[in-house]
Amino acid sequence: MITTLLRILLLIPFLVCLGNAARAEVTLQITEGVQGATPIAVVPFGGSQAGDNIGTIVAGDLEGSGRFKALPVGDMLEQPTSPGQVRMQTWQALGQEYLVIGQVQPGGGDQYVAQFSAFDVLRGSSLLEYRMPFRAAEQRRTAHRIADMIYKQLTGESGGFAAPVAFVTTSGSGPRDRKYSLQIADADGFDPQSILSSREPIMSPAWSPDGTRIAYVSFENKTPAVYVQSLASGDREKLSGTPGINGAPAWSPDGRELALTLSKDGNPNVYVMDVGSRSLRRVTDHAGIDTEPNWSADGRSIVFTSDRGGKPQLYLASSGGGEPQRLTFEGDYNARGVFSPDGRSIAFVHGAGGSYRIALMDVATRKMRVLSKGPLDESPGFSPNGKMVLYSARTGGVAQLIAVSIESGAQRVLKIGGGEVRQPAWSPKD
Amino acid sequence: MKLLNASIAALIVALALTGCKSTGTTKTDAAQAAGASAAKGRAGGGGPEIGRYGAAGEGAGGGAGSYGAGAYGEGAGAGGVGDPNDPSSPLSRRVIYFQYDSYEVLPEYVSVVNSHGNYLLSNSGRSITLEGHADERGSSEYNIALGEQRARAVARMLTVQGVSEEQIQIVSFGEEKPASSGHDDGSWQQNRRVEITYAGH
Repeated sequence: MITTLLRILLLIPFLVCLGNAARAEVTLQITEGVQGATPIAVVPFGGSQAGDNIGTIVAGDLEGSGRFKALPVGDMLEQPTSPGQVRMQTWQALGQEYLVIGQVQPGGGDQYVAQFSAFDVLRGSSLLEYRMPFRAAEQRRTAHRIADMIYKQLTGESGGFAAPVAFVTTSGSGPRDRKYSLQIADADGFDPQSILSSREPIMSPAWSPDGTRIAYVSFENKTPAVYVQSLASGDREKLSGTPGINGAPAWSPDGRELALTLSKDGNPNVYVMDVGSRSLRRVTDHAGIDTEPNWSADGRSIVFTSDRGGKPQLYLASSGGGEPQRLTFEGDYNARGVFSPDGRSIAFVHGAGGSYRIALMDVATRKMRVLSKGPLDESPGFSPNGKMVLYSARTGGVAQLIAVSIESGAQRVLKIGGGEVRQPAWSPKD
Repeated sequence: MKLLNASIAALIVALALTGCKSTGTTKTDAAQAAGASAAKGRAGGGGPEIGRYGAAGEGAGGGAGSYGAGAYGEGAGAGGVGDPNDPSSPLSRRVIYFQYDSYEVLPEYVSVVNSHGNYLLSNSGRSITLEGHADERGSSEYNIALGEQRARAVARMLTVQGVSEEQIQIVSFGEEKPASSGHDDGSWQQNRRVEITYAGH
């Protein structure tokens, strides 16, 4: 089913000066395409644009979803930018099912307007026409919003292309000069911005359900503590700094509680903290390791990793506590379970035969299937629409982020320069 | 880069420590004794920098700025910790290695832990930090827990010996601070460890 195309869709090295990641080179490539993806032509948008062409960004998003196969610009016999210039038979001859065109017009000052249209090539009909004003600095974000609109129009589902992604980069060659940075970028890896940098490790970013805050673990005082940082203001609070582990924060679906791992009472156990009052309740109580909590969509259950059976496996507990139930039995290493937005699946790290891959379990049937290739994959998380799983992979010695389509298996690599890139978290909101 | 600004003593300490970690042998030499003072020196400066995101569509949050100048140099040249550092003494062995996904202290390290226990018993004013680590395989937060359990296993042996809990600090860095940066069995073996660090004075 899967064919290796290894086609470089976009190769745009660019330099960004931000915080302490002096230079970030971003390369987005589609390493695997899928037969059966819907052919779509996204013509480069007309009009002057400051950065990358909006049409190119839209094509990248749509192809990255795994649902579409974008026609290379070099194969386009003509490049219309307004509806009057479209000759449908040209695109029919090229075997395209859909066509997207558009242009950017100046709107005074740093204001612009993107005008775009989508067509059903086979029927020869217009599907969507839209005008989207934007400021120059928001061009990429605008392109992602356009991709969202088109994706929704064509599939009936939301794309999540405009939702940002958080991740941790590690740079420096050794223990003496390591630098850790918590960054937020567009979902295609572009425009990374540092929201925290430190000489000591930063771990486990977790978005609040409304997308306005991020909880994370920072070792900046030599011991781990859980912080919550507001993105717009940069204000932050230390929520937990108890002796021992303060780790693995996970927001409840209503954003009022944070599940986390603490070892203050002995071994690592899962607790739930009321974010407002800071009051704690203990969810697990066991002699071994209990960690990596994650909430079900209805907030009633928490999946977590425990070695109570001798090896790390996933267990499901009521968020109020009580006797947990073991979920995984295949393989001798199953960890870091995360619920899909609809609560029907759990993505997790599945170790077997010396390889660690991302797997997906259907919660109702308990059937699992492997999504990634390994050998050192970790930190799975879902896209806002639940259609993709973003995870961290180490291939050829380099840690990078990969988004895989659950349905088609298509992979999109977010290669973000400036060191190791790990621990991704896709915002639930754009 | 920062090392250039540090004292010569700090440089020597750093080089000695780096060399020690990169060879990764379980037997160590006098150089590792210097590790304690070097690690202490890292505490100076170097606080985190906090940035904003997405406010008014502006560019990079976080701003520029250095990573706390001198963070790695300060205090590193303060001299030895005053331990009876006989390189042939088991006390100079300060790293305990573990098997994959295990927090059981192997029999070959029992005498090492006991030596430190005896020293701490007869020097009740001294205290140590047990720093737990894991290899990079598997999940990062599970590895934090694994490193913690490793450090706890060593701490338990010491307290059973009679060492006061007050003398022992525990921290786990999981897979975040590998001693060896490779991605093979040899590196992973060196990274599954508990490092014993004596506090100064």
